[in-house]
Amino acid sequence: MTSFDSQTTADPVLSVEDLTVQFPSDDGLVQAVRGVSYQLDRGEVLGVVGESGSGKSVTSMAIMGLLPRTARVSGRIDFKGRNLLELSEKEMTRVRGSGVAMVFQDPMTSLNPVYPVGDQIAEAITAHHDVRKEVARKQAVELLDLVRIPNPQQRATEYPHQLSGGMRQRVVIAIAIANRPEVIIADEPTTALDVTVQAQVLDALQAAKEETGAAMVLITHDLGVIAGQADRVQVMYAGKVVEAGTVDDIFYTPRMPYTLGLLGSLPRLDIKSERLTPIAGAPPSVVNMPPGCPFSPRCPMAADICDREEPTLEPTTDGRHVSACHFRDDLAGREPTDLFNPTSVDDAEAVAAGEKNE
Amino acid sequence: MSHSAAEVLPEQNERTPVLSARNVVKHFPVRSGGLIRRQIGEVQAVSGVSFDIYERETLALVGESGCGKSTTARVVLNLQPATDGEVRFEGTDLNTLNRKDLQRLRREMQIVFQDPYASVDPRMPVNEIIAEPLRIHGLYDKGGRDRVRELLATVGLRPEHGNRYPHEFSGGQRQRIGIARALALRPKLLVLDEPVSALDVSIQAGVLNLLQDLQAEFGLSYLFVSHDLSVVRHISDRIAVMYLGKIVETAPSEELFSNPAHPYTQALISAIPVPDPRKERTRERIVITGDVPSPANPPSGCRFRTRCPKFANELSDAERTKCIDEEPLLVDRGQGHPSACHYAQVRQLI
Repeated sequence: MTSFDSQTTADPVLSVEDLTVQFPSDDGLVQAVRGVSYQLDRGEVLGVVGESGSGKSVTSMAIMGLLPRTARVSGRIDFKGRNLLELSEKEMTRVRGSGVAMVFQDPMTSLNPVYPVGDQIAEAITAHHDVRKEVARKQAVELLDLVRIPNPQQRATEYPHQLSGGMRQRVVIAIAIANRPEVIIADEPTTALDVTVQAQVLDALQAAKEETGAAMVLITHDLGVIAGQADRVQVMYAGKVVEAGTVDDIFYTPRMPYTLGLLGSLPRLDIKSERLTPIAGAPPSVVNMPPGCPFSPRCPMAADICDREEPTLEPTTDGRHVSACHFRDDLAGREPTDLFNPTSVDDAEAVAAGEKNE
Repeated sequence: MSHSAAEVLPEQNERTPVLSARNVVKHFPVRSGGLIRRQIGEVQAVSGVSFDIYERETLALVGESGCGKSTTARVVLNLQPATDGEVRFEGTDLNTLNRKDLQRLRREMQIVFQDPYASVDPRMPVNEIIAEPLRIHGLYDKGGRDRVRELLATVGLRPEHGNRYPHEFSGGQRQRIGIARALALRPKLLVLDEPVSALDVSIQAGVLNLLQDLQAEFGLSYLFVSHDLSVVRHISDRIAVMYLGKIVETAPSEELFSNPAHPYTQALISAIPVPDPRKERTRERIVITGDVPSPANPPSGCRFRTRCPKFANELSDAERTKCIDEEPLLVDRGQGHPSACHYAQVRQLI
């Protein structure tokens, strides 16, 4: 684990600037990503959290150039001095795998069911390097060993269906690091797995990262995984980054009501909690979004300004800890229970009305 | 520790449990792929599970996929017949009932499924979804409409939204609809099969709060099936940890987390990430290797031994022989609560 202090912004391996992704639909323009910017430093792990539909996966798909043609993408994605959004498909193919590699949630969709896994890893190697097949096969076995698959020689000859879910995901990780990428994007890599297997896969991911020295974007909805793995964290809501900072900033001194709400919603393994404080309501539709802060309909601190003006990301506790909230300074020292109701009602308006009645 | 075993159990033992399961076994046949499809083996999904649930109590069944927790839940509701064993509801053995009596008893036990998208009919308005159990049991004509409105309000939805269709609701709201339907017949017991696993955390918390409120208001008992130990710690009074069709450890909730005795429980607790960076990065991890063996061919003796860190690293050959030859019973070996390990030993992990 790298320490946060040694990180500098001087030499980012990947930088995303004002990325927007829109999908035309029958109901209007779906604004999946609305101006996301970040820099990924060498060797660091950037955790991206957010609920379904917050745009965390679409951002990564845009980086990999994997969005459907109908998607309208704008902004810049700088990787090794080139804007990935301007590359041709052929050039992009060269970047994928060797420069930026991706690990998806479901390993079965990334693996070909009719080839032995060893061959699939070897194929990833020969696709980017001019090596003989036997050499690539040998490297494939070494990679399987690296991601802690027992008996790799034997496993390399097996087909995906012969492996368990956790082992398949480790094969996908082996493929991802086969060409020593500089960036690994892992999108919910452990979500479909059991906890004991999740621990094994996270271990493999850690080993892969150490071996290649790659930086990693780790997308997950699991704040526990983020706490254990990430150096820096980005919280996304309705297509935007609403808070970003070191993992300690986000967990110990959050400055965005949504982040506090998430933390207060979590049942904890380590502490007995009597009552959770959910965030009432649901995320807004990203079609035809109203002006103002997208979180304001669910936010207990919302004031008039929140409905008029969308807050921008501004520094809070220090320059790299930023939050998009008009009242970010008022959040110092506040606990989730100070803001949110331990309600069981689903409706944000009803909760607000209840408060006024009291 | 708010409840200890000594505080909670003896008093309750004098009462009749709402639900009691004894040595429940469920095997599924494995058939050959050929034309005759003869039986070539069986999957032992549940292999002798016993538990009691008392009034106003939440018992959680936790474990990883394939451990038999959902099958156990379905078998106790008689949605799938048990291969062997006995299930009693308030003292009545379900096997002795005829169809009519069983249907009447079904009112008392209802189930909420994991996927709110799959468990409600997309072509029915919500009012009808909730009214359906009332109609089936012939109760709708006596004030059914008002009952439906009342149920919607009870689960935190607006009664005036009852004419809408399921797709107009969010995942959390749909799960509330499923809960309203389950409550329609005023059951005593709810079986909750991964009720919040498909929901985002901020939504999940509201549904968990609702379940707590409903329990307090209606005196419900819950059988809460989940893979998520954090959720389970929050909501349950007692926990039974399952592995490969068997309960390996059971204890009052706080006791299980403070004094886990079975190596599998310990591994589970240590594997679950905690949303606190400093704690998470300094925690002791018990890594278990490999995957759950096939329930069609479980290991002899202790079913966990093939992945057990204690078996692999701590035990002598003589001690291991016992794990291989002799199945450990679920009994208290001096740890304060029952666990199914010959060499059970409390380890503090949190």
